[in-house]
Amino acid sequence: MFKRLYERRRPVAFEFEGEEVISDEGDTLAAALLAHGVRQTREAPVSKNPRAAYCLIGVCFECLVEIDGRPNRQACMTQVRPGMKVRRQRAADGTEGGGAQ
Amino acid sequence: MNGPPGADRHTLDLAIIGAGPAGLAAAVTASELGLATAVFDEQFHPGGQIYRAIEDAPERAGAWLTLFGEDYARGLELVRRFRASTANYHTGHSVFDISPGGGLGVLGPDGARWIEARRVIIATGAMERPVAVPDWTLPGVMGAGAAQTLLKGAAMVPEGRTVIAGSGPLIYLVARQLRAAGGNIVAVIDTTPRSNYRRAAPLLARAMLAGNKEIRKGLSWRRDLKKATPIFRTGASGVRIEGRDAVEAISFSVAGRTERVECDLVLLHEGVVPNTQLAMAAGADHHYDLVQACWRPKTDAYGRSSDPAILIAGDGAGIGGAELASEAGHLAALGVAADLSQISQEDAAERAAPAFSKLAGKAALRRFLDTLYQPRDEVLVPPDDETLICRCEEVTAGELRRVAEMGCSGPNQAKAFTRCGMGPCQGRMCGLAAAAVLARASGRSFAEVGHMRVRPPIKPITVGELAALDGVGQPPDMGPLLPTGQEDGAGE
Repeated sequence: MFKRLYERRRPVAFEFEGEEVISDEGDTLAAALLAHGVRQTREAPVSKNPRAAYCLIGVCFECLVEIDGRPNRQACMTQVRPGMKVRRQRAADGTEGGGAQ
Repeated sequence: MNGPPGADRHTLDLAIIGAGPAGLAAAVTASELGLATAVFDEQFHPGGQIYRAIEDAPERAGAWLTLFGEDYARGLELVRRFRASTANYHTGHSVFDISPGGGLGVLGPDGARWIEARRVIIATGAMERPVAVPDWTLPGVMGAGAAQTLLKGAAMVPEGRTVIAGSGPLIYLVARQLRAAGGNIVAVIDTTPRSNYRRAAPLLARAMLAGNKEIRKGLSWRRDLKKATPIFRTGASGVRIEGRDAVEAISFSVAGRTERVECDLVLLHEGVVPNTQLAMAAGADHHYDLVQACWRPKTDAYGRSSDPAILIAGDGAGIGGAELASEAGHLAALGVAADLSQISQEDAAERAAPAFSKLAGKAALRRFLDTLYQPRDEVLVPPDDETLICRCEEVTAGELRRVAEMGCSGPNQAKAFTRCGMGPCQGRMCGLAAAAVLARASGRSFAEVGHMRVRPPIKPITVGELAALDGVGQPPDMGPLLPTGQEDGAGE
């Protein structure tokens, strides 16, 4: 979906939904997932329709994911860390307004 | 709230929220004047959105700075001055609470804490106006600014067929940059109404005096793109996104004729609006700006808000762009220094004069741009009932119109009826459009209907992080942020 203009400088490996993703040091998690071709980050809380990052500056909360078991993390505000385990934010976690409430 | 008893009170003269042009300039000036200053920013590098990853630019070689132009390169100098200043810089920190009087709840990598500074400058900048059109929630739709953020911050370009649709100088800038970086821009769809050109025309001569270079640059970008883009349309309206699980196409009308363009990515943009979340959470007075079609905090020339401890600088106080934002940051720091008697009022006025004249010099250009790119009605009040206004709780324009007919008084009561604005984004994405739909449906003005109240915590924080704050056993009192005597319909 998005391609890198430069070679990775210092590769960082992490897991998304059990699959290995090789990103680059300094990438936000949202950017790393887009470069890996991940189209969907969260599931809409009511309809469960697929959703993906809209703003990439911390406003829309569409890139919410679960990181190492903690839900409601903004992927666009998080830098990739080696070995982090990332999952999509499922509707069941978000129906009551997520962690912001 | 004043924070728990354990909090250090007033060891800081100034807390600045945001490290974009306004926050950086404020920090530089405040440090020079000897104020104990701390800057809190969500990002990990200084620059905000406009100068995002600017410190990476030299490493990425000259072509990178050429791609983003001299306006971007200007950020390097500002960031260098900031790095050389005595301001304390806290990256990866979000402010989850702000109280009248300027107490801050700050969440960083090491947890949450309360900060008390004698003054606070909110420099949280702008966000793209959310563009609510049918099926804008499909993956593969994002803001044009979001694509630019990826380009600047991560050096990534869209791989598939990309369409840019909307209005404002940014669509030409982004289209040009993405194309230069190897993006496949199959269509540029300009939605600026033709009537805007007629209304802006009388303002052009004066705008040229103020910003000849900017206007010529914009026109040349437009000319280049028109030549280089397979589908280039102007005066478009009725934008709709089509697709099942992701974007497959965009449709729109020009002069009553509907067109459809197949694509993999749609970048929407209808200008930018102040990010008022913190100023509103602090209870600062706001007013509705009819020309920029957004809420703005009420401030004086130095950025002082209705709360004596809180100033607001840069695009967060009203859209003016990066260059003027740094002037506004400088002015706010001067205002703080004068208020804290670090310098005299006369001294502040003298130091402020060049910035004031720069702001005045650009006013005619701003008036022209604001008129030319004033959002058309269908952007402010999405006409299709099926359009999702609240993306989080999935509330449509039609549902909002229905509760307005039932007598719903405004966006705060609509929360109780529909949950609109109660998801994780807390109304950032739906606030303007929801209030506008309710206003129109009940025959009132946007200003009359008002805006959603913003309630802390305004960033995700766990109960554990809150409980671990200094002074446990005296949990932060969330009460005073609600205006007294007003029943909040939202509930929790």
